[in-house]
Amino acid sequence: MAIEHTNLSDPAGIDPKQVARLSRLSRLGLSDDELQRLGSQLGAIVAAVDKLAEADTDRVDPTAQVGGLTNVCRPDVVLEGLSQGDALANAASQEAGLLRVPAIQ
Amino acid sequence: MTLLDRSIVELGRGLRTGEFSSVELTESALADTRTVDGELGAFLRTTAEAAMAQAAKADRQLAEDTGNRSPLLGIPVAYKDVLCTKGVETTAGSRILTGFIPPYSATAIERMEAAGAVGLGKLNCDEFAMGSSNENSAFQTTRNPWATDRVPGGSSGGSAVAVAARMVSAALGTDTGGSIRLPASFCGVVGVKPSYGRVSRYGLIAFASSLDQVGPLTKTVEDAALVLEVIAGLDARDSTSSSAPLGDLRGALKAGVSGLRVGIPKEYLSMEIEPGVRDVFDISVSRLEAAGARLSEVSLPSTEYALAAYYVIAPAEVSSNLARMDGVRFGPGFGSAPNLMAAYESARHLGFGPEVRRRIALGTYVLSSGYYDAYYLRAQKVRTLVSQDFEQVFKEVDCLISPTAPTTAFRIGERLADPLAMYATDLLTLPANLAGVSGMSVPAGFAGGLPVGLQVLAPYMGEATCFQVAATIEEMAQIWQIRPAGHANLESPV
Amino acid sequence: MTSIWEPVIGLEVHAQLLTASKMFCGCRAQYLGMAPNSNTCPVCLGLPGTLPVINQVAVQLTIRTALALNCEIPEFSKFDRKNYFYPDLPKGYQISQFDLPLSLNGLLEFEVEGRLVRAGITRVHLEEDAGTLHHAGEIQNASFSLVDLNRAGVPLMEIVGEPDLRHPVEAPAYLAALRRTLIYLGVNDGNMEDGSLRCDANVSLRRTGASELGAKVEVKNMNSFRSIQRALDFEVARQTELLDQGQSVAQETRGWSELEQVTVSQRSKEEAQEYRYFPEPDLPPLVISRAYVAELRAALPELPMATRRRLREQYALSEEQARLISETALDAAYFESVVAAGAPPAAAANWQVQNLQALCNAAHISVSGCPVRPELLAELITMVVTDQVSGAVAKEVLAEVFETGARPSAVVLARGLGQVSDTAELERLVAEALAANQKASADYQGGNDRALGSLVGAVMALSRGKANPKAVGQLLRDRLPRK
Repeated sequence: MAIEHTNLSDPAGIDPKQVARLSRLSRLGLSDDELQRLGSQLGAIVAAVDKLAEADTDRVDPTAQVGGLTNVCRPDVVLEGLSQGDALANAASQEAGLLRVPAIQ
Repeated sequence: MTLLDRSIVELGRGLRTGEFSSVELTESALADTRTVDGELGAFLRTTAEAAMAQAAKADRQLAEDTGNRSPLLGIPVAYKDVLCTKGVETTAGSRILTGFIPPYSATAIERMEAAGAVGLGKLNCDEFAMGSSNENSAFQTTRNPWATDRVPGGSSGGSAVAVAARMVSAALGTDTGGSIRLPASFCGVVGVKPSYGRVSRYGLIAFASSLDQVGPLTKTVEDAALVLEVIAGLDARDSTSSSAPLGDLRGALKAGVSGLRVGIPKEYLSMEIEPGVRDVFDISVSRLEAAGARLSEVSLPSTEYALAAYYVIAPAEVSSNLARMDGVRFGPGFGSAPNLMAAYESARHLGFGPEVRRRIALGTYVLSSGYYDAYYLRAQKVRTLVSQDFEQVFKEVDCLISPTAPTTAFRIGERLADPLAMYATDLLTLPANLAGVSGMSVPAGFAGGLPVGLQVLAPYMGEATCFQVAATIEEMAQIWQIRPAGHANLESPV
Repeated sequence: MTSIWEPVIGLEVHAQLLTASKMFCGCRAQYLGMAPNSNTCPVCLGLPGTLPVINQVAVQLTIRTALALNCEIPEFSKFDRKNYFYPDLPKGYQISQFDLPLSLNGLLEFEVEGRLVRAGITRVHLEEDAGTLHHAGEIQNASFSLVDLNRAGVPLMEIVGEPDLRHPVEAPAYLAALRRTLIYLGVNDGNMEDGSLRCDANVSLRRTGASELGAKVEVKNMNSFRSIQRALDFEVARQTELLDQGQSVAQETRGWSELEQVTVSQRSKEEAQEYRYFPEPDLPPLVISRAYVAELRAALPELPMATRRRLREQYALSEEQARLISETALDAAYFESVVAAGAPPAAAANWQVQNLQALCNAAHISVSGCPVRPELLAELITMVVTDQVSGAVAKEVLAEVFETGARPSAVVLARGLGQVSDTAELERLVAEALAANQKASADYQGGNDRALGSLVGAVMALSRGKANPKAVGQLLRDRLPRK
């Protein structure tokens, strides 16, 4: 992988609409300038990551976790939790014991 | 020479013989955090009051001989800020967690506290541990004590610096793709990335859940063993933690390497490696050989795909793990946003730095329908190949050795403009995270006045072998007592 | 329906599991009535660094349900993350199951209008519930919302039905049968009002006989059996009208408005949901051994359809009686206890579904939990069938037993309610009644049968209900011979 010499203003950057979609999906709130810069950077990274296509992965199972653990469960037992005050202690906005958020629509 | 030039075992002896108290030791360490750290910037915040209370308690336990024989009793330590500390602000180096005070501590920290270690505070790191230089911290620059115009490495840069500059005896860091081993190498300290599942991740603010591990950074290999013994082990709160026995680490320190089969991965050594680093590696290899190790070249053929797989899997998990950072339950909130969408966007736009945004966007991309199979699923398959490489090679050899990083510490700002160049810093370390095997970086020499670490990799749950080899390298290199001269107000090396 | 359009309906049912603790933490699964945000911990609040741990009993109850619904239980299952932002979802993702659920390919049998319907169950999987949102007024107009996370993380089973229903009327019947099964299994309390059982529907129309499906509309916010029926009736009519006019149906989510009795589009400005499912890295997968499945299968109780069938056949009950008595497993067990205590099945069924059920309904308690223990009802029924008390008196006695839990025989004795069959006493009462009702006597003798009834009634009134009506009738007929 020619990492050291990758041109980040890769003209084959990700489609601006796609970048805007990613920004919305992940609630990043990026400005147009930021979107443009991110698009070209993502384009370069994705181009590098395309290296994956060269690996022979036929008949290879995916690995989601290492360690090989299975069936790790806990007994169905109630444990002491947080008081209302402690639960809300870090919240920026609350009202009557509830977390307050702006209008949903 | 300060007290903290000594190893944990030596300090323990001093504490138990009454040469000095934990309070004295802690006071001296705290003084350094105010002076030495002014230039280095390792600490995001110190918890002096709590530390003094812990030290006083340790002194009482030492005096009463309460049965707490932990080697960490009364020893000053500090924690990377991605590890939650009950009642103490924990930010993971991110603006979005400013003011977050967890009502719980990470299991690893609970275990350190139970062992009597004295926590001095929270250490700087790249935002959410994403970075290789510590430059992605939202709060401050951390400098390499060997050359303050250079990075300490990342993401556990603050942890490496605090140990290297003798402010603490041990620090906890986390390693997702090299984040313990790389700064350990750059700062001339020992860093252990335990096998996946060895140390509980409970209370570790997740970067990439299937790759993250908590581990120690210390001056010596023995110190690292003492800390790992305390933090390792099954935790009912982390379903991915393992009950596999840790093995006899202290025995391994004295075992030598005679007859040990040590592999040199040819793919690692065929990368572009700085000549000075290569020299240190070559010298160490010949020393190991002289000590009776059987060196051989081995192959990990899927290495060339590991970086790509890592930069799909880790961002995918990031994009999901960081979704909880929404300003609702914690964090600075979202100001006067007119609606929910704007509130989320405001909290996250203000809260996340450029590298975190990049990875969230990348992770969102590779998990999106239409790209999942080509990127995420394929990366998972490559992960299988990388794991199989290690399984195969560990049939031939007991462990692997390589430089920890292709270079020594680079200059602050040098790689900031090029994310891919920064990502390449982890080329030699991240395959171990993909496979979950145990790894370690141990100081082996210097190049151009900067420390060079060597990486020892051993099988899954095979930490003892890492310690065995690292102890030998340390013994032969005879450098751990050399302290960084980058901050000149301290005395010369012992 | 005479329409050329055939409805194709499938239901997605969410059922909270009756565990003690939440799905992935130790907070209570029963959260109703608690102060807001007082049933949380760092895990279900989604605070940074916290990790989920699977509740073993939730897995067990889900497999139990799946087996009762005739599902296959694959050997390998795992959890996945479903990613989306919403204030009631603390982590920004829901831990659910995507491609490897705990169970697949089941079947639910139910009856509707006397017809047996078999509907496929696509899958039963396990996930976590979200918190609850409160708005001032309607969500569209509220300037802010308030979040309560007491419910966040409660174990939730999703039962996805195949689109096998062909008429709105089948939907409530399917749901009722499913609900009955869940209650039989003890996995869910069946409470739709409080939302521990929730139902969404997918509705599309296709040309009758065609095999391809039309555009699918998801209907939400149906909180009762009645609203399900009405919402689906409305939705089928709405889609029919669109198609009849040559328009197309938009694939979308619509909410049922109870107030206006219409479905309303919930299409937001946002683009299509993109959940980006991927395997939950914090939870190792589940390997379900065949031995465990066999153990859970062996422990399954008799299920509603089987109970109903057996009651009908074993006790010669009517379809209606069997249906009512098998409504819950406890009701059926009650009935069988009454019969076991000596009551004839037909009488036991009548007394249970008519008299006792009415008393219980009025008191908002269950038959099985009421003071009239099965042996007490059996004793009362035996007194009726052996003519020791009349039916009318027995109802009075039942009411008292229902209040006090006393033995029926003791109530009868204490209140002197024993039926009078003594001929001399009856003769005296009959004479008195005839003397007071000479016109009725004459009418009866003149051929008016109904007059006899009023004479029996007069005797019963004189006896304060204790006379044996059959014996009284016979005596009257003897005294008033017809020509």
